Amino acid sequence: MNAAIAPPAPRPGFLARRRRSYLLFAVPALVVIGAVIIFPWAFTVWMSAFDWRIGSVAHFVGFDNYAQLATNKRFLESIVHTFYFTLLAVVFPLILGTVAALIFHREFPLRGMLRSIFTMPMMATPVAVALVWTMMFHPQQGVLNYLLSLVGLPPSLWVYSPTWVIPSLVLVEIWHWTPLIMLIVLGGLAALPTEPYESARLDGASEWQLFRYITLPLLAPFLIVAAVIRTIDALKAFDTIYVISQGGPGTASETINLYLYLQAFAFYNVGNASAVVVVFFVIILALALLLLHVREKAKWT
Amino acid sequence: MDVAAGHAIPAPGAKRARWRRKLRRVGFALSVLVIVSPAILVFLWMLSLSLKNEIDNLSYPPVFIPSQLTLRNFVQVFSENSMGLYFWNSVVVSGLATLVALAVGVPAGYGIARTQAHKLTVLILIARMTPALSYLIPLFTVFQLLGLSNTLTALVITHLVITVPIIVYVMAGHFETLPRELEEAALIDGGSVWTTFRYVALPLARPGIVVATILAFIFSWNNFVFGAVLAGRATRTLPAAVYNVLTFEQLAWGPLAAAAIVVTLPVLLLTIVIQKEIVVGLTHGGIKG
Repeated sequence: MNAAIAPPAPRPGFLARRRRSYLLFAVPALVVIGAVIIFPWAFTVWMSAFDWRIGSVAHFVGFDNYAQLATNKRFLESIVHTFYFTLLAVVFPLILGTVAALIFHREFPLRGMLRSIFTMPMMATPVAVALVWTMMFHPQQGVLNYLLSLVGLPPSLWVYSPTWVIPSLVLVEIWHWTPLIMLIVLGGLAALPTEPYESARLDGASEWQLFRYITLPLLAPFLIVAAVIRTIDALKAFDTIYVISQGGPGTASETINLYLYLQAFAFYNVGNASAVVVVFFVIILALALLLLHVREKAKWT
Repeated sequence: MDVAAGHAIPAPGAKRARWRRKLRRVGFALSVLVIVSPAILVFLWMLSLSLKNEIDNLSYPPVFIPSQLTLRNFVQVFSENSMGLYFWNSVVVSGLATLVALAVGVPAGYGIARTQAHKLTVLILIARMTPALSYLIPLFTVFQLLGLSNTLTALVITHLVITVPIIVYVMAGHFETLPRELEEAALIDGGSVWTTFRYVALPLARPGIVVATILAFIFSWNNFVFGAVLAGRATRTLPAAVYNVLTFEQLAWGPLAAAAIVVTLPVLLLTIVIQKEIVVGLTHGGIKG
């Protein structure tokens, strides 16, 4: 890393040989990654060109699976559900996570302990937590409706209502993943320079102005990284949705992932499901690249 | 701000400034409370459900403090459902998947760090973006062909999808932070690249290995969908078992909450062990599986 303290350069042939032997270190991992990650990828793309249900003969159909998806109302609706879920599950954790990071950036008693408690949801097993949330969402005996009644609000049907099921599931997602955003933003806050604040204070800037015109622009790169990570995870959300609502009521909370699961492991419609995977990955990749593009643009303004 | 000029203002102003400061502190304490309470309350509610009898659990308004503490829910989950077996399955699957990943991932992380072959980490990033379900369809098909369906071996292999990228990623980052002078010295003294790795770099990397191991284990342990699809009756991992075997139709809330605690408690304990390092491991690229 630091050229100044490197020993006198050995002969170039020696370096190249060493580089090769260092790369050998990565071979076993590459073999494993090839087997469990690359191979499934190639297999999926290949299968998406076949009409194949497990237990029957595969027929080559070219792009038919994709053409069918383009007119499949249920699949198209699942894309809409996914985007709605993702939008809410990115925006709220981003705002709350930033607020939490600003709070935990300050010194106060028990800060370390409280921060650990705050980050606990992130590590908890999603299925176990989803089970508890299912009980909390229960319209009659659930504790959430009781809490609503305490503040004088009418009870909600939560995940049993087609209109509220996605916001309710997002609530779980917010609870689960706001800590990760907090940690990323907290890392950003720790890296901020102090000089701009000092001079702005001398100029009589208010706390809000300091945040709006200094902290926020300097945090932007971290917020974008957080947004990318959150977007990828929200698009991929599966466990909590599957355990709490199974995509219901009806298909009201059926996201792409849920639709994919049903096609593959309930109907064993492998060819079709593979096409869904490919479309799904393109969507994830496109959104991630879009956000990174926003970051590049933000750098120039 | 005007508070800064406080000493020049006569007594009533100073008093007001002090009041305002006090009010601010109360406000700040309240905001800390608001932001932390959802995290703690859900876990406390989980604990409360698991320690109450069914009458308490189904009463409305809800009872928070058990009228009668009971461990019956835990006993029921372990005696009437094979929680012990599922727990062991989870230990075996996550344990072996983590060990294999360490064996291939630590050297790989070293190789990447010393050659600056960052293109390899792009692979890891793509793996991170791919929905877990998409690995399952091909692997499911292959396991059926090989007669491996419903075995723990199949589950261990599949869990490598989670553990290998985490370990390679964390270790590549960690080896880059280690000083290279000692290794250079060992190489100049005639050590081979392998012995340098084995006797110089590896011992220094122990803290990084601990973090990588625990993170890989946790995300493997938390995985639900692989077990749900690939496991048979006797090979289910805990999260899959909690969903498939212990259903709301068969069991009351108490035992279910007890099962949820059994699943998630080991993870929370591990989190506490590496609390500080976990922050670094997770935020450098957000490697959630």
